[in-house]
Amino acid sequence: MSFWRNQLSGPTDPVADAAWEAPPPRKGFFTDTSICIGCKACEVACKEWNAIPEDGLSLLGTSYDNTGSLGASTWRHVAFIEQSGERIAQARESGRRLVDLGMPAVGLPDTAPAPALAGSNGHGAAGPGAMTDGDAVALASEAAAAGTVPDFRWLMSSDVCKHCTHAACLDVCPTGALFRTEFGTVVVQDDVCNGCGYCVAACPFGVIERRDGDATVKNSGIAQKCTLCYDRLGAGQTPACAQACPTTSIRFGDLDELREVAQQRVDTLHANGYTEARLYGADPTDGVGGTGSVFLLLDEPEVYGLPPDPKVTTADLPDMFRKAGIAGLTMLGMAAAAFLGRRR
Amino acid sequence: MQDLSNADCIVIQGSNMAECHPVAYQWVMEARLKGARVIHIDPRFTRTSATADKHIPIRAGSDVVLLGALINHIISNELYFKEYVVAYTNAATLVSPEFQDTEDLDGLFSGYDDEKGSYKQDTWAYASADGEGDESPGTIGGPAAVHEHGQTESERSAGEQHGSGGPALEHARVLRDETLQDPNTVFQILKRHYSRYTPEMVADACGISVDDFHYLAEAVTENSGRERTTAFVYAVGWTQHTLGAQFIRTAAIVQLLLGNMGRPGGGIMALRGHASIQGSTDIPTLYNLLPGYLAMPVAGLHDTWEAYLGAIANKEQKGFWANADTYAVSLLKAWWGKAATAENNWRFDYLPRLSGAHGTYQTTMAMLDGEVEGYFLLGQNPAVGSAHGRMQRRAMSHLKWLVVRDFNMIESATFWKDGPEIVSGELVTEDIETEVFFLPAAAHTEKSGSFTQTQRMLQWHHQAVQPPGDCQSELQFFYELGRRVRELLADSTDERDRPLLDLTWDYPTDGHGEPDAEAVLAEINGRHLTGDKAGQPLSSYTEMKADGSTEGGCWIYTGVYADGVNHAANRKPGREQDLTALEWGWAWPANRRILYNRASADPDGKPWSERKKYVWWDEEQGRWTGHDVPDFVPDKAPTYRPEPGTGGPAGLAGDDPFVMQADGKGWLFTPKGMLDGPLPTHYEPQESPVRNPLYGQQSNPARKVFPRKDNLWSPSGGERGSEVYPFVFTTYRLTEHHTAGGMSRWLPYLAELQPEFFCEVSPELAAERGLENGGWATIVSARTAIEARVLVTERMTPLVVGGHTIHQVGLPYHWGVGKEALVSGDAANDLLGVALDPNVQIQESKAGSCDIVAGRRPQGEALLRLVEEYQSRAGSTVMTGNVLVTPPEEESR
Repeated sequence: MSFWRNQLSGPTDPVADAAWEAPPPRKGFFTDTSICIGCKACEVACKEWNAIPEDGLSLLGTSYDNTGSLGASTWRHVAFIEQSGERIAQARESGRRLVDLGMPAVGLPDTAPAPALAGSNGHGAAGPGAMTDGDAVALASEAAAAGTVPDFRWLMSSDVCKHCTHAACLDVCPTGALFRTEFGTVVVQDDVCNGCGYCVAACPFGVIERRDGDATVKNSGIAQKCTLCYDRLGAGQTPACAQACPTTSIRFGDLDELREVAQQRVDTLHANGYTEARLYGADPTDGVGGTGSVFLLLDEPEVYGLPPDPKVTTADLPDMFRKAGIAGLTMLGMAAAAFLGRRR
Repeated sequence: MQDLSNADCIVIQGSNMAECHPVAYQWVMEARLKGARVIHIDPRFTRTSATADKHIPIRAGSDVVLLGALINHIISNELYFKEYVVAYTNAATLVSPEFQDTEDLDGLFSGYDDEKGSYKQDTWAYASADGEGDESPGTIGGPAAVHEHGQTESERSAGEQHGSGGPALEHARVLRDETLQDPNTVFQILKRHYSRYTPEMVADACGISVDDFHYLAEAVTENSGRERTTAFVYAVGWTQHTLGAQFIRTAAIVQLLLGNMGRPGGGIMALRGHASIQGSTDIPTLYNLLPGYLAMPVAGLHDTWEAYLGAIANKEQKGFWANADTYAVSLLKAWWGKAATAENNWRFDYLPRLSGAHGTYQTTMAMLDGEVEGYFLLGQNPAVGSAHGRMQRRAMSHLKWLVVRDFNMIESATFWKDGPEIVSGELVTEDIETEVFFLPAAAHTEKSGSFTQTQRMLQWHHQAVQPPGDCQSELQFFYELGRRVRELLADSTDERDRPLLDLTWDYPTDGHGEPDAEAVLAEINGRHLTGDKAGQPLSSYTEMKADGSTEGGCWIYTGVYADGVNHAANRKPGREQDLTALEWGWAWPANRRILYNRASADPDGKPWSERKKYVWWDEEQGRWTGHDVPDFVPDKAPTYRPEPGTGGPAGLAGDDPFVMQADGKGWLFTPKGMLDGPLPTHYEPQESPVRNPLYGQQSNPARKVFPRKDNLWSPSGGERGSEVYPFVFTTYRLTEHHTAGGMSRWLPYLAELQPEFFCEVSPELAAERGLENGGWATIVSARTAIEARVLVTERMTPLVVGGHTIHQVGLPYHWGVGKEALVSGDAANDLLGVALDPNVQIQESKAGSCDIVAGRRPQGEALLRLVEEYQSRAGSTVMTGNVLVTPPEEESR
């Protein structure tokens, strides 16, 4: 039973569960939306590297977003959200309340790092990569802004497949086309997928989709989503989106480290008055066991089109199975088994 | 560029850096992470504003008021960096008592010539130390001695010469009052000039609240001084105005007063719009310049070699421009080799002479007049990207032949069959006799060469693959063209063909006919021609000689090929060197990353502060040293004082950091060189719904106008009819596209990100005009009407100016009408007219007047009728907006 529990919900190491021997550390993304400049380089780099077709040449009228959402031919999607001062104040308040509830853990302001102005003027400092050290240097500018709410802001955020610890798409895949890689990511094998579409309904984030189009379109009818550039990872390379990101808003690395960096970043922002900052996908006890793609958001997840409380759609399967057994309803159990087994 | 991360405050104004320079913007984000305050001043809230500490909306074209008020604030509150200002700027220098300010003449400076519409600059000269300078400043006072009239200077865009240093002065024997109290000091003139540029005036003219002004003023002044520095960043939001060069000058004054020039995290960063636009002014594609900012000779002014040398450099002036003869001779030797000798003045007569302004817009008008037969377009799409697209396309239809070299069949190659004028019936394909040749171009990955980017840095790119099909590099195209033309002329005895036949035109080629780009770089770098070192590359431009013993194609690039090594290809990763990164690429001059960096040390040669240490005098070694290549004579001690009257580099004192300036000082006041005034002054744009709140003079009196029936303007500033075009429009770019779209609208991955032309309007304007988000709008100017999808957004803010609400309409200009691109649409630049800055002949494309109504525009002839109906309602005539000096009767209205 505990095997099933670990496989389908709660904290676990999905790579070990997938029986990889001596795997590398689990890889993932940390997307820090607070430094995203909305350039969409991630979208373009992703399409270039993965040879994804163009999918629509019409203006959507939703700020600068003409992509709309993630889908079979959109593996990175930058959302643009325009907000007034009132909404910003609400976001600050809701973020502050998350801290009061102890999630995420935020250091007290007096434990914040020293102001940026101490020390040298930066000769010898590394490039933008320097900020990976948990932003040891505080944002003095942000401190200055503490307590004041601007009239307006424009949020930008690059969304991507979450590479869930408990990936419903993978769990329901009848052909084994979706599999857990040695990096802990979830990847579709184009040549194995039969286009049944179970994964499409199963994904709690609405990420995976079958590609539309006639026979001239590559992989039409096949379920498609971000592979976290499995081919690049195999060659020791960074995924295309993270490589192209000019501000390191998208970071790639070992998931454990990224979660720490993300938490430090939230701490820093809170210490400087930006209490709207919160993490998304960093909690291993959430409905998908935490995600391989962690986000720092500046408002409620819904604002970005993300489900507030995602739950792996197969999480209830063990529970259903157990109840069925206790009731001795063999027929029901067999029906369930038959349902699970009836894979085309 | 990475030096921006050293700034304590960054003001981005006239630039949308995050969208148009996202890679460079990483250093702004880095500065912010290190604690810098970032302020974005722009008519729109953009992706730059979204990541700044504060966005301050401003009315397009009112920047001089804001920056002038900053100057006033700094002076009145004594917030300037006194030691720096006294020692390093011309604040203490006395100006001729004949000088009269705009305060005295209601918006004009002394010397305005009504007939020519330009200034004679002799009264702006420094007062002279010797003789009765007061009485005849034109003959004695330094700069005024050899004075070209502003009109001819404007015709050759003389301002562009100053891309590498200030203009020549006769000498630098000037009077100074270091107490700054003499009423004729630059400092006192400056103080008087900006005394009415107050926070209240800013509120009235720019629509910026007094609180926001103080936020900016405090941020900038608190982050300047010994310990801290502030940087300004601009792009074409400052340059593309009828007084664009003066916008930048205003920022230069602020930065000099605050002591932010030549120091880490300081300066003014000019962001260039393309990969090698800096390179194409250094080794110019401009009509008026020779490589390295040497002036193109002008017929009548520079008829002899001696006259030319006298104009480009004077041996009696201080600084490195005094050696311009060595740069010019080396250039002529590089071009004409053995044929260039001392006896024939190095073939100076082979150079063409300018006979007037031959800028892009004058050339366009000459086409309409049938004066131009052929036109090469190389990476240029004027049908979409230039101001007044209709004039551009109609002009090209008058050519005999047109060569378009591009990646794609851009609108400038297809206007004759599917342009807007074909649709409207103004032009008929069968009647157009222009023969259009389309030649496909190689991409940067398909050829080797250098890019010179925004911070003057050359970076080499290596060919990765062969160009496909018939695609060719520019290098190969021009080499072949030259080779074939020379072949055709080989037997010619005509004198006029000698310059072509005598050219050194002998680059090695590879198996595909591609010339060796490094061989070209080596020629540009230059080499010794005689003596022990004959054939060896020059290491520095200081090795250049005027006796024909050296050659070099562009003096400022000398050193890029020192020791026979292509330093542009240097690629030591940033993590393996310090932030200055001298081993990444090569920056002109002399691989120096911050110009005038002698100013980062105090007059005694010590760093102003430990925190802002950059270049300093090493007493023990008797040399300048530091993080960068010192911008100074390496062993000239801070205490050095030249004999009076010494010219050239030796004439610079040990505490004259501005080594390219004729007096070694940073110029708060420009006694020479700026054609529209020695101090920046606010004038309204050529088209503006607002009356100039500061002076009777409405617009720049020295601007270049073209009164023509096809170039009408809206009445301005409360004149009758100005209400017909009540809104301000401004044009710009988006991250997702590249300029006129030739490199992006044909690429599906970019085209899908911004697929349609749109306009941005505030919810208030949308309500006023019934515009709906996602719907259509028609935007009408005095030139034409275009249609766009509508984005209603709070990112556009109505501003209260002069007691009236001013609405601004934002228009990205990437789309054009045609059938070849994946995405097309009306071109925003079609709305623009042609009026130019007098210094550099740039068009005013960042501010204009328009109307906006809901719905799509009419088609065909109905479109022309709509435009005419607006023109007639506004009462626009050929002279509307084109009277240079505002008549008194209008002033009083």
